[in-house]
Amino acid sequence: MTFQNSRERILEAVLKNQPELQAVPDISMFRGSHENAVQKYLDVFKSIGGAVFLVDGISSARTLIREQFDITKRIVTTLPFLNDIAEVISPDIDPHTYEDAELAVIKAHFAVAENGAAWFTEEVMGQRIIPYICQHIAVIVDAESIVPTLHEAYEKIGTGDYGFGAFIGGPSKTADIEQALVLGAHGPLTMTVFIIQ
Amino acid sequence: MKDAGSKDHAALAAAFNKDEEHVDWHDGALWFIREKRDIASKNIPEWEQLREAASAIKSNVISNLHTYLLQFEANLTKNGIQVHWASNAEEHNEIVYSILKSKEINQMVKSKSMLTEECHLNEYLEERGIEVINSDLGEYIQQIDNEPPSHIVLPCIHKRKEEIGELFHVHLGTEKGLSDPTLLTRVARKHLRNIFLTRRAALTGVNFAVAETGEYVVCTNEGNADMGAHLSDVQIASMGLEKIIPQKKHLGVFLRLLARSATGQPITIYSSHFKKPRKGQEMHLILVDAGRTTQLGRTDFKDALKCIKCGACMNTCPVYRKSGGLSYHNTISGPIGAILAPNLDMEKHADLPYASTLCGSCSNVCPVKINIHEQLYKWRQVIVKEGYATHTKALGMKAMAWTLSSPGSFNTAGKAGRWVLKNVPFIANNKFNPWYRQRDMPDSPKESFTVWYEKNKKDDLSK
Amino acid sequence: MTVGLFIPCYVNQFYPNAAIATLQLLKKLGVDVVYPVSQTCCGQPMANSGFEYLSQECNNHFIDHFSPFDYIVAPSASCVLHIKEHLHSPKNEVEAFNIRNKIYELVEFLTDILRVQKLEATFPHKVGLHHSCHGLRGLHLSQMSELNAPAFSKPELLLNMVQGLEQVMLDRQDECCGFGGTFCVAEEAVSVKMGKDRVTDHAKNGAEYITSSDMSCLMHLEGILHRNNSNIKVVHIAEILNNSL
Repeated sequence: MTFQNSRERILEAVLKNQPELQAVPDISMFRGSHENAVQKYLDVFKSIGGAVFLVDGISSARTLIREQFDITKRIVTTLPFLNDIAEVISPDIDPHTYEDAELAVIKAHFAVAENGAAWFTEEVMGQRIIPYICQHIAVIVDAESIVPTLHEAYEKIGTGDYGFGAFIGGPSKTADIEQALVLGAHGPLTMTVFIIQ
Repeated sequence: MKDAGSKDHAALAAAFNKDEEHVDWHDGALWFIREKRDIASKNIPEWEQLREAASAIKSNVISNLHTYLLQFEANLTKNGIQVHWASNAEEHNEIVYSILKSKEINQMVKSKSMLTEECHLNEYLEERGIEVINSDLGEYIQQIDNEPPSHIVLPCIHKRKEEIGELFHVHLGTEKGLSDPTLLTRVARKHLRNIFLTRRAALTGVNFAVAETGEYVVCTNEGNADMGAHLSDVQIASMGLEKIIPQKKHLGVFLRLLARSATGQPITIYSSHFKKPRKGQEMHLILVDAGRTTQLGRTDFKDALKCIKCGACMNTCPVYRKSGGLSYHNTISGPIGAILAPNLDMEKHADLPYASTLCGSCSNVCPVKINIHEQLYKWRQVIVKEGYATHTKALGMKAMAWTLSSPGSFNTAGKAGRWVLKNVPFIANNKFNPWYRQRDMPDSPKESFTVWYEKNKKDDLSK
Repeated sequence: MTVGLFIPCYVNQFYPNAAIATLQLLKKLGVDVVYPVSQTCCGQPMANSGFEYLSQECNNHFIDHFSPFDYIVAPSASCVLHIKEHLHSPKNEVEAFNIRNKIYELVEFLTDILRVQKLEATFPHKVGLHHSCHGLRGLHLSQMSELNAPAFSKPELLLNMVQGLEQVMLDRQDECCGFGGTFCVAEEAVSVKMGKDRVTDHAKNGAEYITSSDMSCLMHLEGILHRNNSNIKVVHIAEILNNSL
């Protein structure tokens, strides 16, 4: 249903009532420092309840995943090198079918030192639901991809075309009951990041 | 829905204060968040410049909204998102209903959206046979208790865990007496996961809408917006017109400020950028006016539209902390609610701008630098001019103005006032004077300064 | 330099000692002070209640009394802020503008205009400083805890010059006391609760006295202290700065 008149009425009221034009401010001076970005990321991500490992290569990450998680349960991934322990996510099947995924392992485009978040688009998620529906999430991040602040992050994203993209900065959490922090609200109970140097 | 009835803020706040221990807990919990916000903001050297920039970006948005709305609409359409326009709450609700009806959907899951609370969407849909479940834990708790949220970020901050445990016992069959927050959260997780998996429609709010790209951003910590949206056949987003920002790069400024201001976190756990429907999915976005264009035309109050709903003004406000969100009898409570509500219904909300000491802390924590306390002062002037101040208040003020502006009557009244206090304490010191209920009056000095000065002005007063 | 002394109505009636201390302190510092005896009120009680339009007579009266002076000084941040922000005159806006710019709260007059470097004052007590919101966030007498900006405090600068005075640190350094003008009676329950909590903070941290540059906050806190038979006393900052043994 559309209220055709409402559109016109609203736009007319906006035009009539909006104040004199104010310029968009320049925000180019906001920049972080790349110095110690990896260390900063480690500190911040730990402080928000995440687990993080600095590793020398993908095979070390695979070893750690085998140690850290119950690989007898369903593990899903978009990364072919894990196909011995995980099934590769299909973008075309019903997202509900991932309901029993214990662990999802996906690779971030990059991560942000100031807030511990990593950036994903649906291509690297496999499916949009993956990083939310799994019980645990593990993320691979290249050390050199870590940017200092969100300003550099959005510069990197640009106007990049995606259907869905997200910053994810830790395990899901809530403090709605008496401000007591509980990790694992509706999304994953834990988030582990492997930074590949 | 439980209703505040016709009581005003002062009466509801007085009721809230009957349980002082609870007030202390509420005050302490919110102050703790204010402290976390302080720490987070002080970790960012350019914090004050970021607030300045965010405020200026929003000034631009407000002044160029017509262009941005058209640009946003065109980009949404290009991205395959269906756009709807609603002048008011009724139209908004009707649009949601018609979308669901056309798909023969009678159950929907909803993540946090203050706008749909404002529109009373749940009640509207329930009357038409559609069940809505709020998926944010705090909002879910408020829903099963049939109460509106008391805080925009922490919907059930006014409840103790024992109360929540009892609600879970009644509605979710948990063991009586269970009140451990982690265990209660686990129960809700399990229950709501089943809701997410079985609902074909999901509605979310919108934190930021980017005109340049036609995408919108939804921020949650729980992951509930995403759980609903990515499992739905039909995804609906409801947003107020003012949520637009010009370009994607501006998200850098706003997302740096939002979570730090709200809870002291460096960023919300999930900042989801929705741009196109999933294959086989339908996406709708509803642009809602509901008083916003009127507010836009109020020169002194238009800046309230800059609000990014972080809740920092509530956490810092001593009146909010010691009166509870429900005493504001409005969807948006606290200082920001008190400057938004009179725009919608001045008579009903005439009390809210007075629920403040004008201490100004709200304006200082606001990430978009809304001059909240100045607007509270200005709303008071408007409310009086429009005739919504109570009659007794108006008469008292006129008498006071007359007394205070004429030295003859002023001195007489002053003398008389002192005489009464000094000599007839039981008259002034009675239960009808609200000052006296819990406070003593100052001791009455033997003479006023003026009298003293007249006697002593010839002496060398520097000794 | 001639200073017009502005004594807020309730200070005149209830707290003459704060006014006397202000006058004596300024005289001690060599200032030529005049007190226009038929002054009344700044109009804030009406304006803050939404009746700014009724305060024009107060404004006119204020302008008539205080135009002649080089500076206007008052021992009340709240009243000074009201004049600075809201004193206008349709018939004499130039004078209103001048007054808005030459009125000072006592503390800022001492630190910014007189640039006081030392005081002959003694006050051998533990003192908690209550920042009035209008002094803090309106007149910026001290840095506000909400902002990410360098710390400073004009009242502390002066209190540090007082011999024997020990300032106590508070849990919440600049929380509102809940007086709020007519708020104190219109929202009695919240106002009292806010005041009680401020008093508790000072008591917990060992204050013998609570001081402030606003007597209205202190009147409210004193009312609560008295009712609860507390030993803690309130004292206007002028009385401390003017105190000698």
